[in-house]
Amino acid sequence: MRARPWMFTDFCREGKMIAAFYTASAVAIIATILMLTRVNAVHALLHLIVSLLAVAVILFDFGAPFAAALEVIIYAGAIMVLFVFVVMLLNLGEAAARAERALLKPSAWIGPSILTLILLAEFLWLLGHGVAPAVQVVSQGPVEVGMALFGPYMLGVELASMLLLAGLVAAYHLGTAKSPRSEATHASHS
Amino acid sequence: MTSPYPILAILGILVVVMTLAAGLIWLERRLLALWQDRYGPNRVGPFGLLQVLADMIKIFFKEDWIPPFADKVVFVIAPAIIVGTVLMSFAVLPIAPGIIVSDLNIGLLFILGMSSIGVYSVVLAGWASDNKYSLLGGLRAAAQMLSYEVFMGLALMGVVLLAGSFQLSEIVSAQRRVWFVVPQFAGFILFLIAGVAETRRLPFDLPEAESELIAGFHSEYSGMKFGLFFVGEYLGVILISSLITILFFGGWMGPVLPPIIWFVLKMMFFICFFILLRAALPRPRFDQLMSWGWKVMLPLALANLLITGAVALAWG
Repeated sequence: MRARPWMFTDFCREGKMIAAFYTASAVAIIATILMLTRVNAVHALLHLIVSLLAVAVILFDFGAPFAAALEVIIYAGAIMVLFVFVVMLLNLGEAAARAERALLKPSAWIGPSILTLILLAEFLWLLGHGVAPAVQVVSQGPVEVGMALFGPYMLGVELASMLLLAGLVAAYHLGTAKSPRSEATHASHS
Repeated sequence: MTSPYPILAILGILVVVMTLAAGLIWLERRLLALWQDRYGPNRVGPFGLLQVLADMIKIFFKEDWIPPFADKVVFVIAPAIIVGTVLMSFAVLPIAPGIIVSDLNIGLLFILGMSSIGVYSVVLAGWASDNKYSLLGGLRAAAQMLSYEVFMGLALMGVVLLAGSFQLSEIVSAQRRVWFVVPQFAGFILFLIAGVAETRRLPFDLPEAESELIAGFHSEYSGMKFGLFFVGEYLGVILISSLITILFFGGWMGPVLPPIIWFVLKMMFFICFFILLRAALPRPRFDQLMSWGWKVMLPLALANLLITGAVALAWG
């Protein structure tokens, strides 16, 4: 990858990159743990948003600025706003927090902890056997992503767009207020 | 392209933008007064210019009260989010050649991302206040900004298509021959309307409509926290005006005068236009706002993108 001889500035840049990666990863992990343990739904969502933003920083750090921007715009900026919107609409109060607290008993943690420990053991085993690939930064800008999406992944893009269109039509159908006439036809059918 | 002294650029842009945002309060009051045939603030200092300073001193010394029933942490974070996200957006704006903090290759997407994070400020302020009017304002803000964001992004894709880049300096350079407002007039109008809705300015200020919701999401805010919402709104106006200048009106380019003067002139024109909108237009109902967004603006934005793509393909 590197055409010119390795220099001290390269070392500094890589060091900064790795520091940024570990900081963002730590933020993501801590935010996710906090998200799981909150009893207030809005607080949990806020921690999830922070975790998504940290993932966006990691993507940006590893040379995928386009994916990072989409992570912020779509996940943190649109889907999470919908989640917050719904939680606000339900306006869960102290009663919901109490119910959550009852659900988060220590015994509830046993199953997930065992599964996570299995994954951790597998990860450590892979690390120990030197299978983990070295970090390689290949910049993936908007052009590369576009070429990939409309080249080898064309079929997937088209399938996803059809699925979204079907969802849109269904949501529109469910959301339309029924006029008296359509209710009458419904009654005659049933 | 990126400024040789990034720290200087950061400090310069920060100071100028914050001063401008404060100055706009005076400008807006004077212009509104002019259009409504009265004086406006004219007592403190020459032409009432020091009114801003007096207001600032007042707001800094006001009691900073957090309601006992509010969710304290979220209540405090909310106003900081809006100012933070808007100021971050200024980092990728090319004001003039060499005056830019960071010339990101995804500059435009970065700004769209920051504006979608900015929504949380208003939504969370409405929720954390634990007040029915605030909650209604927050709900309205979430629905309005989410809807108008969709075609705000779509309206800009025509420009991206013509320039072939998300990098804002590239988009300015691509307008050397003709400003994008000529081939992308529909995109310009769509973006202008979406921009007004995103900054929650009149006629789209339904989240804080004072006649029905008292002050909507910021009913419970006082002192400098209220001030941050206020400054955030004006920062948003400056940002959208700068974006219109950069994306559709050739940014810093123009004859004779130095680039930065051209940029400021174009930007000030659109800021005055924003104020004129406030003086001239009544507020729509909320259902009108939503159906206008989804049934008129979204299809128009999609059609604009389709036609631009077809023409670019045929000529390309």
